[in-house]
Amino acid sequence: MRFVVTKACGGGGRARAGALYVGSCPTPIETPALLLFTKKGLPTFISRDLLASLPSPDSRLLHVSPLHFLECPLPRTISNIGGLHQMLGLHECIFVAAPRDSIESLPESEGTNKLGPSFETPCGRRLVKPKEYMEMISSLKPNLWASLADEVPAWVSEKRNKTSVDRTLHWLDDCLALDPAGGANILGAIVGGSSIEERKRCATKVAMQNVSGFWIGGFGLGESMEERPALLNSVMDSLPEKKLRQISGLSLPEEVLQGVAAGIDLFESTYIYHLTLGGFALTFPLDIVERDIMHSQLSDTGSDCTKINLRATIYRKDTTPIVENCSCFTCQNHTRAYINHLLNVHEMLAQILLEIHNTHHYLAFFHSIREAIKGGKFDLFHRRFIDGRRAHVTSAVPCS
Amino acid sequence: MALRFEVVGRFNRARAAQLTLPHFVCQTPLFMPVGTQGTIKGLTNNQLEDIGCQIILGNTYHLALRPGADLIDDLGGLHKFMNWKRALLTDSGGFQMVSLLHLADITEKGVTFQSPVDGKPMLLTPEESIQIQNKIGADIIMALDDVVKTTTTGPRVEEAMYRTLRWIDRCIAAHQKPDVQNLFGIVQGGLDPVLRDICARGLVERNLAGYAIGGLLGGEDKDSFWRVVAQCAAALPENKPRYVMGVGYPLDIVVCSALGADMYDCVYPTRTARFGTALVPEGVLKLKHKVMASDERPIDPTCSCMVCKNYTRAYIHCLVTKDAMGSQLLSYHNLSYMMRLSRDLHMSIVEGCFPQFVQGFLRAQFPKGDVPKWVCNAMEVAGIDISACCVLHPSSQN
Repeated sequence: MRFVVTKACGGGGRARAGALYVGSCPTPIETPALLLFTKKGLPTFISRDLLASLPSPDSRLLHVSPLHFLECPLPRTISNIGGLHQMLGLHECIFVAAPRDSIESLPESEGTNKLGPSFETPCGRRLVKPKEYMEMISSLKPNLWASLADEVPAWVSEKRNKTSVDRTLHWLDDCLALDPAGGANILGAIVGGSSIEERKRCATKVAMQNVSGFWIGGFGLGESMEERPALLNSVMDSLPEKKLRQISGLSLPEEVLQGVAAGIDLFESTYIYHLTLGGFALTFPLDIVERDIMHSQLSDTGSDCTKINLRATIYRKDTTPIVENCSCFTCQNHTRAYINHLLNVHEMLAQILLEIHNTHHYLAFFHSIREAIKGGKFDLFHRRFIDGRRAHVTSAVPCS
Repeated sequence: MALRFEVVGRFNRARAAQLTLPHFVCQTPLFMPVGTQGTIKGLTNNQLEDIGCQIILGNTYHLALRPGADLIDDLGGLHKFMNWKRALLTDSGGFQMVSLLHLADITEKGVTFQSPVDGKPMLLTPEESIQIQNKIGADIIMALDDVVKTTTTGPRVEEAMYRTLRWIDRCIAAHQKPDVQNLFGIVQGGLDPVLRDICARGLVERNLAGYAIGGLLGGEDKDSFWRVVAQCAAALPENKPRYVMGVGYPLDIVVCSALGADMYDCVYPTRTARFGTALVPEGVLKLKHKVMASDERPIDPTCSCMVCKNYTRAYIHCLVTKDAMGSQLLSYHNLSYMMRLSRDLHMSIVEGCFPQFVQGFLRAQFPKGDVPKWVCNAMEVAGIDISACCVLHPSSQN
C-alpha cells in the first residue's frame, strides 16, 4: 500500500486530496474517498455484476467488518478459499477491515474490559480479544485493517475515557506484535472521546508506531457537531501529513464535509444504507461550486433538496428518473413511479435500485469534493453546500 | 393473433420451436420466471437478460391491486413500466383469487371475492379480466377459467369445464387488442379424459393463439398428472404453443417437454432460493445445511453462472435466509439453472439428441437408477428409451 498527498490546501484549510495505491486495484483510488458499506464483504443489495456498473475505481473501495464472520465461515475455511478477495469474487477491490461498521456491529463500551473491546453484533454481544481478531485478519487478508479500539460514548467519565486511550494503545501493541506483516497494512486506531487532551495523547502515541495509516474512532457517539472540529483538529495536528486517515462514525454529507475540512481521507457510507432502507434517493446538485445555490430551484415536493422520499404518493405517476441526466443503472433504466411501486409492494428490487443510485450519487459527491480541493475551492464548496441546505430550511418556513 | 410458432425440431412428441411474440423471439421449450408484482424478486432486468430469460409472467390480480391497471395503462403498459424489453405473459387473476382469498365464489357471472382492500364483495368477470390484461399489455394474456382442484370429483368438475368453455367466448369477445396481444385458452376438466377432450376440442374450434393445460398440481398423483398433459398435448394443434401452467420442477418440465409441451411457469425456483435451496443437476442442494459451512466448492461446478463462477457453498451458506444477498444470489443461480435447462431441451431436440439428454438428466437426478415409476411410464408414451437409467425393477415410489 502506498498513499500520496497530491494537493494540500494552503493557509488555514486542512482539506487534502491524495491517491491510494493498493496492489489488488490496478488504478489508484483518489481521496477523499468513500468506503462502501458491506455485509459479509458484499454491498447490502448490489451484487458483483451490478457493482461493475458503478464508477471505477471509486466503487472498488469496500469496508468489511471481520465481526460479520464470527459465526461462519470459519477462519480456516476463509483461509482455504484464499481470503476475502477470492471468497467474494472481488479480486480487484480494496478491502479495509475494521470491527465497527456503525450499523450492525457497534462498540459496546460497557462490555469492554482490559482483555478486548466488546461489540453488539448480529450474533449477540461479543468480546473480541487481539489474538482472535488477528486470526480473523490473517484469514481474511484485507488490504488494510484497523487495530482494535475501545470506543466510548461522549458522556463517559474522564477516567473511563483515559482508560479507553490506554487500552487502545495497548491493543495496537498487541496487534502489531501478532501481525506477521509487521504493521505494513495496519491503520492504528485513535480514540479519546470528547477530550482534546486525550485525543492528542492517543494520536501522538499512535503516530510514533510503525503504522501505515490511522483509523480515527470514537466519533458519532454522542458528541455535538460543534465540538467536533476542535477534536478533529487536535488529532490531525498530532499526525504525520503523509499517512492515510480514515474516520469511523461520520457519514452524513455535512459530517463528511466537516471531516474533509479537517484533513480526513476515507469515510464510511452508512448514510447510503439508511437512505436506501428508508426509501430515499439522493438528489442534491453536484455542481455546487458552479451554480448559485440561492437561485437554484427550490423543491416543492416534500424533499429537503438533498433527497426525495420515493414512498411519497406524488411519485406514483412520475415517469422521470430519480435524477435527470444521472448515468447510474437505476436512472438509465427506471422511473420514480416504478420504484414507488416496488416500495409499496415491498419488493427487494427497490432496495437494489436505490442502493445503486445512492452509491453512484454519493461517489459523485466525493468526486466533486476532490475537484473542489484540487481547484483550491473546497472552502467555497463547503460553504455553498451548507448554505444551500439553510436556504431550503428558511424558505420552507413561509410555506407552513 | 400476434404470434408465430415454428417448430424447428422434433423427437416423437417433443418439439423445439421458435415462438415469435410482439416483444421477443423465444426458443421453446421455455421456462417463465414469475414476476408477480412487476419484478422478479431480487433480480434486475439486465441480470434476467444475462441469464437468458425470454418471458416473464406477471400476476394480473396483484398488478390490478397495486399499482392498478389504469396506472400501468397510463404509463404505457407493463413493458414500459418495468422497462422489460422482452416478452411478458399475464394470468387471468382467477387462480389467485381462488387460492389466496377466502370466500371466493364462482358463479356464471365470474369470480366473486372479498376485496383485500376494504372487505367488500367484488366480482371479476371474464370481460374484466381481459380488459385489465389489455391495459397491462403483455404479449400473452390468459382467459379467465373456472379452476377446480384435481382432487375434486363429481359434477363440479364438469360444470367448471363447461363454464370455462362458455367463458372463453366472453373472453374472445372482450379482447380489444388481438393484433398485439395473444389470448390463450385453458384446457380444464380435472382428471377426467372425456372432459379434458371436450374442453380441448372446444378451445381448438375457437382457433386461439395458444393453449394452456390448467388445473394441474392440485394434489393429484404424478401418474394422473402426466397422463392429462400427454392427452391434452396430443389433442392440441401442432402449430400452436402449449403451456402447462404452474409446472416448475425440473423433472416435471423434462417429462412434459417429452410429451409435447412448450411453456412452463412456477414460483418454485425463486421461492426455494429464498429458503436457501439451490437447484443442481443432482436435484437440490440445501445451502442452510451445516456441512455447507466448510464446503469450498461452487454450488454447481458444471454451472457457468455468475454465482457459481465466483462463490463457494461455504460463503453462500453464511448468507442464506439471513441476508438479502443470499436470496439474490441463489435466485440468480436457480433461474440460471432453469434457463440452461430450457436451452438444453431446445438444443437437444434440434440436434436430434433429446433421448441422450433425458437419459443424462435422469442419471444425474437418480444415480442409483431409482427413476420413479411415473417417469418411466411417461417416457414410454413419449417414446424415449430410458431403460439404461433405471434399475431392473423400478421402485413404484411416487
